Amino acid sequence: MQTDLSARAVSEDITAQLPQVHEPRNPGMPLDLDWVMSAQANTSAIERRAATLPGRRSVKKDHQAAWLLKAVSLIDLTTLAGDDTPGRVRRLCVKARQPVRAELLDQLGMEGLQVGAVCVYHDMVSVAVEALRGSGIPVAAVSTGFPAGLSPYRLRVAEIGESVAAGAREIDIVISRRHVLTGDWQALYDEVAEFRAACGDAHLKAILATGELGSLRNVARASLVAMMAGADFIKTSTGKEGVNATLPVSLVMIRALRDYHDRTGYRIGYKPAGGISKAKDALTYLSLLREELGPRWMQPDLFRFGASSLLGDIERQIEHHVTGRYSAAWRHPMG
Amino acid sequence: MTVREIFESMDYGPAPEGAAEALAWLVDGGDRYGHFIDGEMTAPGDGFLSRNPATGETLATLTQATQADVDAAVAAARAAQPKWARLSGHARARYLYALARLVQKHSRLFAVLETLDNGKPIRESRDIDIPLVARHFYYHAGMAQLMEAELPGREALGVCGQIIPWNFPLLMLAWKVAPAIAMGNTVVLKPAEYTSLTALLFAQICQEAGLPKGVVNIVTGDGAVGEMIVSHPDIDKIAFTGSTEVGRLIRRATAGTGKALTLELGGKSPYIVFDDADIDSAVEGLVDAIWFNAGQVCCAGSRLIVQEGIAERFHEKLRRRMNALRVGDPLDKCIDIGAVVDPAQHARIDAMVRSTGGEVFRADCPLPEGGCFYPPTLITGLEPADPLMQEEIFGPVLVGTTFRTPAEAVQLANNTRYGLAASVWSENVNLALDVAPKLAAGVVWVNATNLFDAAAGFGGVRESGFGREGGWEGLLAYTRPSGKSRKLSRIEPLAFPETPRAEGMDRTAKLYVGGKQARPDGGYSRPVWSPRGKLLGHAPIGNRKDVRNAVEAAQGASGWSRTTAHLRAQILYYIAENLEARADEFAQRIANMTGQTARTAEAEVAASVSRLFTYAAWADKLDGAAKPVPLRGLALAVNEPVGVIGAFCPDEAPLLGLVSVMAPIIAMGNRAVLVASEPYPLAATDFYQVLDTSDVQGGVVNILTGSHAELAPQLAGHLGVDAAWTFSSSDLSGVLEREAAGNLKRTWVNHGRARDWMSPDAEGRAFLAAATEVKTIWVPYGEG
Repeated sequence: MQTDLSARAVSEDITAQLPQVHEPRNPGMPLDLDWVMSAQANTSAIERRAATLPGRRSVKKDHQAAWLLKAVSLIDLTTLAGDDTPGRVRRLCVKARQPVRAELLDQLGMEGLQVGAVCVYHDMVSVAVEALRGSGIPVAAVSTGFPAGLSPYRLRVAEIGESVAAGAREIDIVISRRHVLTGDWQALYDEVAEFRAACGDAHLKAILATGELGSLRNVARASLVAMMAGADFIKTSTGKEGVNATLPVSLVMIRALRDYHDRTGYRIGYKPAGGISKAKDALTYLSLLREELGPRWMQPDLFRFGASSLLGDIERQIEHHVTGRYSAAWRHPMG
Repeated sequence: MTVREIFESMDYGPAPEGAAEALAWLVDGGDRYGHFIDGEMTAPGDGFLSRNPATGETLATLTQATQADVDAAVAAARAAQPKWARLSGHARARYLYALARLVQKHSRLFAVLETLDNGKPIRESRDIDIPLVARHFYYHAGMAQLMEAELPGREALGVCGQIIPWNFPLLMLAWKVAPAIAMGNTVVLKPAEYTSLTALLFAQICQEAGLPKGVVNIVTGDGAVGEMIVSHPDIDKIAFTGSTEVGRLIRRATAGTGKALTLELGGKSPYIVFDDADIDSAVEGLVDAIWFNAGQVCCAGSRLIVQEGIAERFHEKLRRRMNALRVGDPLDKCIDIGAVVDPAQHARIDAMVRSTGGEVFRADCPLPEGGCFYPPTLITGLEPADPLMQEEIFGPVLVGTTFRTPAEAVQLANNTRYGLAASVWSENVNLALDVAPKLAAGVVWVNATNLFDAAAGFGGVRESGFGREGGWEGLLAYTRPSGKSRKLSRIEPLAFPETPRAEGMDRTAKLYVGGKQARPDGGYSRPVWSPRGKLLGHAPIGNRKDVRNAVEAAQGASGWSRTTAHLRAQILYYIAENLEARADEFAQRIANMTGQTARTAEAEVAASVSRLFTYAAWADKLDGAAKPVPLRGLALAVNEPVGVIGAFCPDEAPLLGLVSVMAPIIAMGNRAVLVASEPYPLAATDFYQVLDTSDVQGGVVNILTGSHAELAPQLAGHLGVDAAWTFSSSDLSGVLEREAAGNLKRTWVNHGRARDWMSPDAEGRAFLAAATEVKTIWVPYGEG
C-alpha cells in the first residue's frame, strides 16, 4: 500500500477526523470497466436485509449511550440554507465544539466530545474555519455546483480550489448524474478524478445523489467508479433529492467499498446524508456498518452522518439515559 | 465497562428480552401441566421435564399421555365434530378470527415462551414465528367463511390426529390446526415433547376464544403418544411434520386403514448460486437459509451449490460473514443463533460433522458457556457421494460443492432423495425461471430463501413427503368429496368353462412397454373366456421384471413432461378419434368379455371417447395461480406433473376404467404404467393399437396385464415410481400404501369403495389433483 506522505504534513491544524492521518490515502486506479459492469445489486434481497437488520441488532443501556455518543462524533453538522449568515454558522460551530451538554458528558465520562466536521456552502467556509480554530474540527464545503452539479464545468473545478484556499479540509463534490444514467462511466471517472486533483490535500467526498440514479445497480457501479477515480469518501445524497440516504442504498455502497478494500487494500469512507434524524436510525446505521465492515469503519476518518436534526434527538436520548426521565428539546442548546 | 471504553470498542453488549411475564405464566400454571381435553386442562399426571436448552433449567413438568388420555381426547373430538362441521362457515370463521386476534394480543408472551422452550432467538419467534401464526389463523378464518361458496361438494374428514415437531412449535400447530378446524374437522394434536409449552398457552386462548369444547384437544408426551394417535381406530386423518424416518413408519402403520395422511418431512435443500448473482445478497441469504433457527429447519438451504468460477470468492465472503454471526442467549435481541433444541441433537450434529472428509470451517465466534450451542459451520469440497451431501444434518452446518453449467447445477440439486425446497440466485431472469421448474422441490425461492405465507402452499416431493399446507391446495388435506359410496366387490376372472369354444384366428395380446408390444418376461399367459365359454384370447401374465421394464420405459419418456399442454391435448383428441373409429370393435370386445348388453358396451365406448375429450380439454386449462402474498413479487402456484404414475385400473369397466385413469395422467404430463382390468384385460391390449396410431410417444403409456395382487407390491414398491393408484376390485389399498413407504410415493387408493365410471364424478379435478404436484415458486422482484 502506498502512503501519501504529503497529506500528513499539510498543516498544524491536522485533525483526527481526516482519513490521511490513519489510513494511506486512496490513490485511485485505472477505470476497470469489467469490474464495474459485473457489480450486481438485487433490490428485493437488499431490502430484506435492510428491513430485518433493526430486529437483529440492538444496543441497550450504557452500550446504547456509548453508541449514540459515537454517532455524535461522526456527525457532519450541516447547514446548507439560502439564508445562512455568519452568525448562524458561528452558532453551529459552537454547537460542534460542545454538541452535548457538558454536565451530561461529565457524568458519562465523555468530556471533550466533538462532532466530526461542520459542513457549509463555500461562502461560509472562512467563517466556519475561524469559528472552529483550535478545535481540530475540520470544515467541509459542498462544492461543484451543489446540489445539481450543472454549473459550467470549469467553474465547478475552480470552486473546489477556492474552498480549499478558504480553509476547507473536506470537499463534498456532486457527480453529474447524467453520466450514470447514460452509462458513460469514463466521463464519470474523468470528472471525479479531476475534482480529486483539484482538492489537493483536502479530501474528497463524492456525493452520488443516489435518489436520482434510478437503481441500486447504478449506485453500486457509480460507487466503484468514484473510488477508482480517487474518492476518499462516498456519500449518498445532497439532502436535496426526493429520496436521500436509505438503508438499502447504504448497504449497496458499503458492500462496494468493502470490495474496493478487498481488491486494492484502501479503505474508503462512507457518508449517508439526508433523512437520518432519529437516534434509533443512527444506531441502525452504525450496526449496519459494524455488521458489514467491522468496527474499524466506525471512526470519523471512515464514517460520517450528514445530518442537521439528528443531534437534537440524540441529546434527548442521552439525557434520558443519564436521568432516567424523558427529555425535552428546549433543555438542549440549539446549534 | 465504562461508556468511554464502549465508545472505543463499539461492542454490542447484552440486550435481553425480559422473561418475567412468561415465567409468571408458568408459575400461575403451577409449573405442572396436564392435557387439554374437551375444553379443560386435565390434572397433571406422571410425566417429563420441559427444559430451556440455552440454560438446561427446568421450565415445567408435563404429563405423558396414557392410552386413556388419548382415547378421551379422541372421544371429545369425535363428539364435537358433527356439530362443529354443521356450524355455518361464518360461525367457524369468527372463532378462527378470535384465535388470530388472541395470538396477536398475547404475541410477546408466546414469543418469549417459545424462545425459552425451544432456544430459538427471540428475533425469530417475535418477528417470524408468531406473526406467521396469526397470519395463518386470519387466512383460514377466511377459508371457513368461504367454504360453503367455494368448496361445494366437499366436507370435513372428521377427527384429525396431528403430530408436530419441535423446530417451529406454535407455527406448526397453526399450520395444522387452522385449516383443519376451518374446514369443520376437530383435532387431537400432540406437540413435540421438547416444546409443548406454547401449545398449552394456545389451549388457554382456545378457552378465551370460547371455542366449543372438543374442537381442539392437545395431549403431551413422547413418540409413544404419537403412536397411540397414529394407531387410533377412531381417527380419520393423520397429519405429521417431522423426520422422514418417522414419516415412513406412519405411512406403514396407517396403510390400508382408510386414514387420510399428509406428511411434511425432511430435506436437504439446494441453494444454487450462479456467477451472475448478487453475491453479497446470496451470502446474506445463506444466513436466513441455514442459520435460521440454527439450521433446524426442514427446508433449510443446507446444500450450497456454487458456480465454479466464483466459488473461491463466494466461500471467502461467506466465511467472513459467518465470523460476524453472534451465537448466544436466545433471549438476547442482538444474537443471530440461539441454542439447538437438546443435548441429543447437539451430539448428533457433532458426530456428523466429525465424520466428514471435507474442509471444515467453524465460524470464529465465541460460544456461551454451558447450554446447547453449536457454531456456524461450513464444509466445502464435498461431492454428491459424500454422506453429508445426502443426509439431513438439521443443525447450523452448511455443506457445499461446485458446478460448471446450469444443467449440471440442476443435476446436482436433484441428486437427492428429498425434494422440499430450493433457492436459485441469478440476476438473469431467463436462467432463474428456466431452472426453477426443473428442480425437484415443492417450493423454489428465486433470489430469496425461507419465505412463507399462509396463501402459498408449502410441502415436498419425493421423500420430503406429500400434501400441501397453506393456500387453496392446503384444503385438500382436510376435506373430501361429500356423499356416500358403495362397497366394491371383487370380480374374479372367469374360470375354464365347462364347454369351452374356440373359433377364428388366434390373436396374440401382449404387454405394451416403451411403445412396443412385448412378450411377458415369465412366458406365461392366461386364457380369457367369455361368460358363455368362448375363448376370447390370452392375456400375458406380467411379473416384476415386466414392471421394471415398464417403469424404465416410463422414466425414459420424460420428454412428455416438457411437451406443451396444447400438444398433449391434441394427442388426447387424436386417441379419441382413433378409438371412435374402432368403436364397434371395442364395444363387441367389452360385451364379449363382460357379458353386458351391446348397448351397455357401446355406452362404455362412447363414455371413453367423451372422457378423452374431457382431459384433452383439461390439458391446457388447469391453471396455476399467482398468490397474493405480502411481498412485492410473485408467489406462483404451478401445477407440475407428478412423474411416473403406476395405476391399477378398474376391473369392472375394462375400457372406460383404463381411459379414465390414463387420460388425466398423461394430460398433466405424467407417464403411466397401467395394469389393465384383471378379469377383462383384452380391451386394454386392443387399446395399445389405438395408442400406436395416435402419435403417443413410446413409454408415455405402458400397459401390463396379470394379477393385480401379485403386481401391486412390485409396482408400489418400485423406488422409481412417483405415485401409485388403485381402483382395482382386488384389495390392494393396504399393500399399496405400505409399499409406498419405501420412497414415500403418493398414493390414491379406493379402500374397497366403488366408483361409478359412467358418472361425471369419475372425471375432473380430483383426478387432476392426484396427477399434479403444486410447486410454489417465489419470485420477489424490484429495481430501484
